[in-house]
Amino acid sequence: MSASLAIETKDLGRIYKLRGSKKETRKELVALQDVNLTVERGELFGLLGPNGAGKTTLIKVLTTLLSPTSGWARVAGADVHAEPEAVRPRINMVSGGESSGYGLLTVKENLWMFSQFYGVPSKEANERIEALLEMVGLKDRMHTKSSDLSTGLRQKMNIVRGFLTEPEVLFLDEPTLGLDVGAMRDVRRFILDWLKADKERTLLLTTHYMAEADELCDRVAIINKGRVLACDTPSVLKQRLQKDALFEIEVSPLNGLTQQMLLDQAEVTKAAISETEKGAKLSLSLVEESALARVINLFTQKDVKVMNLNKREPTLEDVFVDLVGRSMAEEESNGQSE
Amino acid sequence: MDNQSNAKFISRESEVNLAVSAKYSHKNTGWRLFLSTILARAYPRIIGQQREVSWLVFDLIMPMLAVIAYVFVYRALNAPEEYVGFVVMGGAMTAFWMNILWSMSSQLYWEKEQGNLALYIMAPNSMMAILLGMALGGMLATALRALVVTLLGIFLFGVTYAVSSYLQLFVVFMLAMVALYGMGMMMASAFLLFGREAWHMANLAQEPIFLASGFYFPIKSLPFWVAAGASIIPLTLGMDAMRQLVFPTGFQFGFMTVRLEIIILAILSVVFVVTAKILLGYIEKIAVREGRITESRR
Repeated sequence: MSASLAIETKDLGRIYKLRGSKKETRKELVALQDVNLTVERGELFGLLGPNGAGKTTLIKVLTTLLSPTSGWARVAGADVHAEPEAVRPRINMVSGGESSGYGLLTVKENLWMFSQFYGVPSKEANERIEALLEMVGLKDRMHTKSSDLSTGLRQKMNIVRGFLTEPEVLFLDEPTLGLDVGAMRDVRRFILDWLKADKERTLLLTTHYMAEADELCDRVAIINKGRVLACDTPSVLKQRLQKDALFEIEVSPLNGLTQQMLLDQAEVTKAAISETEKGAKLSLSLVEESALARVINLFTQKDVKVMNLNKREPTLEDVFVDLVGRSMAEEESNGQSE
Repeated sequence: MDNQSNAKFISRESEVNLAVSAKYSHKNTGWRLFLSTILARAYPRIIGQQREVSWLVFDLIMPMLAVIAYVFVYRALNAPEEYVGFVVMGGAMTAFWMNILWSMSSQLYWEKEQGNLALYIMAPNSMMAILLGMALGGMLATALRALVVTLLGIFLFGVTYAVSSYLQLFVVFMLAMVALYGMGMMMASAFLLFGREAWHMANLAQEPIFLASGFYFPIKSLPFWVAAGASIIPLTLGMDAMRQLVFPTGFQFGFMTVRLEIIILAILSVVFVVTAKILLGYIEKIAVREGRITESRR
């Protein structure tokens, strides 16, 4: 492993054996398959994918909580399975929506307790806790019992817990899940400040907020059904779609108009439909802008009225649709029904 | 940039520097980390005592009701006055048994549900230090409850104590606690492994142990093999030895000699603590292998 790599995985796989009744043969669930990734030190690396894509499983393997069933992974220079005791002092993890700590303890007490599990000297831990809480706007609540905090404030406390121990590699699993816009902004700014302060720090972030990954990450890996489909900088990933013209169209109820009918039109390469209160929202990818006329014509035939039409730049969501053939929301609902 | 916004900018920059740029002078490792983990994990138990006063009802009033009932029965039967002292001591020790059964044993299970267990395993500290911290916190918090019951016994029933050997009393109490909490640590891993089934077992064990361990009477009154079997619970021999040491005629009611009970308690301490360590290692191993043990249902 190169000294400049914070994370490296080679053909990493994880298969869960599902428990059924005794008579049934045990089913297997492939959560990760042949994952090959390298993350440089100092990088903010994003893992993008729908729920159930394997993001959390990958983080669990990298944080020594789960052993791989094939391949290997190294974090901060050590093998996560063979040398977990070498990895653990150098990492930390925060998950979105976690309820760690004890409700009876105050914010400061909870954070102090976790700092002690990493051997941080008590006095220095207390100073750092106050400074970090100040940064995330939680200092005025540091003597509040954590059970009395709102979800957003509690998540800010969790975020501080992760950064407090000065990890070389920090794993953030959906850290902004359930946060309001203001809290999300605070957390994102904090993440960038933390990384900027030391070039050796590495952060691996999983999210299914495409805009978050686009805004924060140096590189992004798109993962679905346990496989990494693409890995590059957000701009390079989006460039692959630059040749297509992307349109978002809000329309009245579809009156039997289907995704397939849209795809059957010449030069329509991608079409995603999501229902809205007033009708539907269509995301179309066209080889030539002139194809839009045929689509509008189809609307007219089906008596579908156009209420809003925008041409836009490609996003990571488009990249996902391009790779998987479905939007992330569709993939999630499809995954649940399977 | 005007002065005000400039000041704001500088203030934010200094905050950022302090919070994210400064390095710790060092981090504790080895036995220092082990010790700091024990103390940190004991802290919520000890502080919780002050912040959640419902224990006054569950750990004082409820056991006292049973103690009072036994005292009246013994006095109505003209039983030897030492029996009142035996009952008060049993009432005080009830707090420890309840703490083991309902708090210590289920703690790892709740840590999992809370999402803490994964964080504990992922941290560089030893899981044994976490368990010892839980035990220490539980022991200290419960000792206060036991002390209050003992004082209430003196105040309400005029129980008098005449300690024949403070050293032996200290040794017996400490060994009983180490063995008992070692057993609790062992049960914590078992609860995590077996979930609800273990819960039912604990439910089933609560009342029979009160009987078999002689919480409200000397176990010498029980058939020999029943008392010998109950001696696997460290409180059985612990209470028997302490009764012999704090009441002038206590030795007449003793099941075995204090010396023998100390030896057995020392053996139980080693067996339970070592088994707890082995079980914990096993739990960690299957947690990482299967992934389900650290999975919270929340």
